[in-house]
Amino acid sequence: MGKYGWSLPVAASSYAGSIDFGIWLIHAAMLGIFVLWGAFFIYLLVKYRARPGVQAVREDHGPASGRMGELKSLIPDAFIMSFEIALIVFYAIPVWSRIKMSAPDVKDPVRLEVVGEQFGWSVHYAGPDGKLGPRRQDLVHFSNPIGLDRAAAESADDVVMGNEMRLPVDRTALIDLLSKDVIHSLFIPEFRIKQDAMPGMKIPMWIKPTKTGKFEITCAQLCGFAHSLMRGDVFVQTQEEFDAWYQGRLATMPATAKPGSAAEDF
Amino acid sequence: MAHGHPELSFREKYVFSVDHKVIGLQYLITSFCFLLVGFGLMGLMRWQLAFPGTPIPLFGHLFPADLAPNGVMSGEFYNALGAMHGTIMVFLGVVPLAVGAYGNYVLPLQIGAPDMAFPRMNMMSYWLYLPGGVIMLASFLMPGGAAQSGWTSYPPLSIINPGQTVWLLSMVILITSSLLGAINFLVTTINMRAPGMSLWRMPVFVWAQFVTAILLLLAFPPLEAASVLQLMDRVFHTSFYMPKDLVILGEAYKGSGGGQPLLWQHLFWFLAHPEVYVLVLPPMGIVAEIIANNTRKPLHGYKTMVFSMIAIGVMSFMVWAHHMFISGMSASLGNFFLVTTMIISVPSVALMTCLVFSLKGGSIRYSVPMLFALAFIPLFAVGGLTGLPLGLTVTDIYLHDTYYVIGHFHFVVVSGSIIALMGGTYHWFPKWYGRKMNDSLGLVHFWGTTATMVGIFLPMLFMGMAGASRRLYDPTAQLHNLPVQGWNVVSTYSAYLLALFQLPFIYNFFHSMWAGEKTPENPWQATTLEWACPSPPPHGNFEKTPTVHRGPYEYSVPGRKTDFWMQTDKS
Repeated sequence: MGKYGWSLPVAASSYAGSIDFGIWLIHAAMLGIFVLWGAFFIYLLVKYRARPGVQAVREDHGPASGRMGELKSLIPDAFIMSFEIALIVFYAIPVWSRIKMSAPDVKDPVRLEVVGEQFGWSVHYAGPDGKLGPRRQDLVHFSNPIGLDRAAAESADDVVMGNEMRLPVDRTALIDLLSKDVIHSLFIPEFRIKQDAMPGMKIPMWIKPTKTGKFEITCAQLCGFAHSLMRGDVFVQTQEEFDAWYQGRLATMPATAKPGSAAEDF
Repeated sequence: MAHGHPELSFREKYVFSVDHKVIGLQYLITSFCFLLVGFGLMGLMRWQLAFPGTPIPLFGHLFPADLAPNGVMSGEFYNALGAMHGTIMVFLGVVPLAVGAYGNYVLPLQIGAPDMAFPRMNMMSYWLYLPGGVIMLASFLMPGGAAQSGWTSYPPLSIINPGQTVWLLSMVILITSSLLGAINFLVTTINMRAPGMSLWRMPVFVWAQFVTAILLLLAFPPLEAASVLQLMDRVFHTSFYMPKDLVILGEAYKGSGGGQPLLWQHLFWFLAHPEVYVLVLPPMGIVAEIIANNTRKPLHGYKTMVFSMIAIGVMSFMVWAHHMFISGMSASLGNFFLVTTMIISVPSVALMTCLVFSLKGGSIRYSVPMLFALAFIPLFAVGGLTGLPLGLTVTDIYLHDTYYVIGHFHFVVVSGSIIALMGGTYHWFPKWYGRKMNDSLGLVHFWGTTATMVGIFLPMLFMGMAGASRRLYDPTAQLHNLPVQGWNVVSTYSAYLLALFQLPFIYNFFHSMWAGEKTPENPWQATTLEWACPSPPPHGNFEKTPTVHRGPYEYSVPGRKTDFWMQTDKS
């Protein structure tokens, strides 16, 4: 299958590379720290094992007595601290700002919202007009899980999917993440993106897929007895394939709220 | 009976005792039992994780059909086991063991006090803890079963799921117990020290307990208040945590108001991050005691260690939201908590460095407690290091809520804290019972336990890297988990082996209580005050109030006949 293995899954979004870089860099550093300390630790354990006739040497009587001895032990700490400061300044804050604190300013993004519920995801596309149709709590129905007001003008070109997300490759998608009931978390391992869907909040996020193919949406926040079954698929397609699919789906969307294709499995 | 204590009845002596030593041992046995229960729940869950959808062997058919139809665990039951495993291990197992048991027994002895400052309050702490724990366990018998929303109990799920009311009631009782204990530890340490026991002569273990008590005192009240609010949301349908327009399983939720689920997460982690240090500092204190004693030299950087612990204590109140980087709280807040999290790693590294450097120049005795203390260092280090990619906002996006997190904190708390606490049992057992635990059984226990713990937790790190989420009833329901499913099997069998390797410990403990090799007052040739009174110490501890003449770790002082100079020795 190739997409998944014993390590990180395939990297399929514009920022996946930055996240992987950090993960591998930190693990290399961790391994280095652990091996160096481990070797030193084992050396100490062997060298200073109890032997008959040999007494322990106190530091205040040995060669490394006084404050200098104590300061020397802070050298490893200084190294680790410098590494961490460098990580924060040159890696964490810049990359975090790019991924989570702002959305890329693009002319023509795909706009959609993803609404979590026990135990599935509804994916609601704004369509060519770029405007999401309004939702109303009183319209929520088995056949209309997000309560989309089909009578509104903005809804005319909207498509709602259940547990299926399609995105055109190399194009930025701006997503509003919502939840109807409890906390869910949208996790697409191949995109290296995870964001909690918090009821009562609308949380913006963005994805720019860089590889075509079929990937997996899962829920990463415990949401009830069927939490592990709350999954869906992401299909990343070329723009032409995406457009053709969108028009096809749009034709099947009901004009007003009546049983439609967005019905839930549960 | 130096202080003329009258003979006590069995009930006063062993049940409703006000003696800190009896209460300490009550805590010890009770919390070890809860650890075993929590471990058992995990054993059931691990079967489901390794072999999803197959009947649990031996025990499967003992459960009622609504929990485990045909012996196969249901999703609800899995979630209940998960929530209760976490809750029991943290609040009923490790904290009472580290603080209630070791703190209670050892702290007053180490500062030369006849008892805790408030003996009756001490008794009340235990007698709130035990019923609190029993209520928690009894929640399995309630209609709908035990709490199913994780030990973190995030609303709105926790408010609509069954079992949570009992969880909250029990938590309120347990928190009250912890608060009483914390006050007692603080007052005892400040007021009850023997003449000459200045703050800088206190053993590291006492400092660790002192800082821990401050953390408990300041961190628990917010959770107690938060729990009461959640109880209101559940019982009286208020909406502290319930936002408006909730639709649950197709129905508009009636208790839906203008609440904010994030509020709970802030209040919860404001406790639960300091709580991590409550789980870690006392075991570190134990490790420091054992290392000083078995290297036969003073600790390296005693003051550095104390200041590091104080720094950790202060900083631990400023890092809580690193559990919430992707919770939907303002992303710019993430940068603040990223920085504080990296700051708190500095004193933590300093503590570990001091422990390693303490070995230098020593004459290391490889006794059983020392093996546990030494194993703590590399295993805890794995836990600490794996915290780095989780504390870093960017890498946490991917690793958050995966098995990587589970592996990380189990390395910290299990192969860190619990290993150290087991070492403490071997170390202080001669003081408790005047007898020694068997060394051969101790070695079997040590090697078996450390090896199987690595076998359980290392696979979790690998699974987390592959993106396997935590709290999945059936990991095979998600495609990206399939290649790493084999690690779940390794982890599960290691867990069962770990259970097997606890048998020599349990047998050793109870057998040595009555039939262990008899030991003198100070079998380890230690310097601290708890070894300057009879084993076991009588009610009132010391024959006469001891006077302290020097620091806690005066080992191998040149020109002296013995290589240890007790704090009480005049010359």
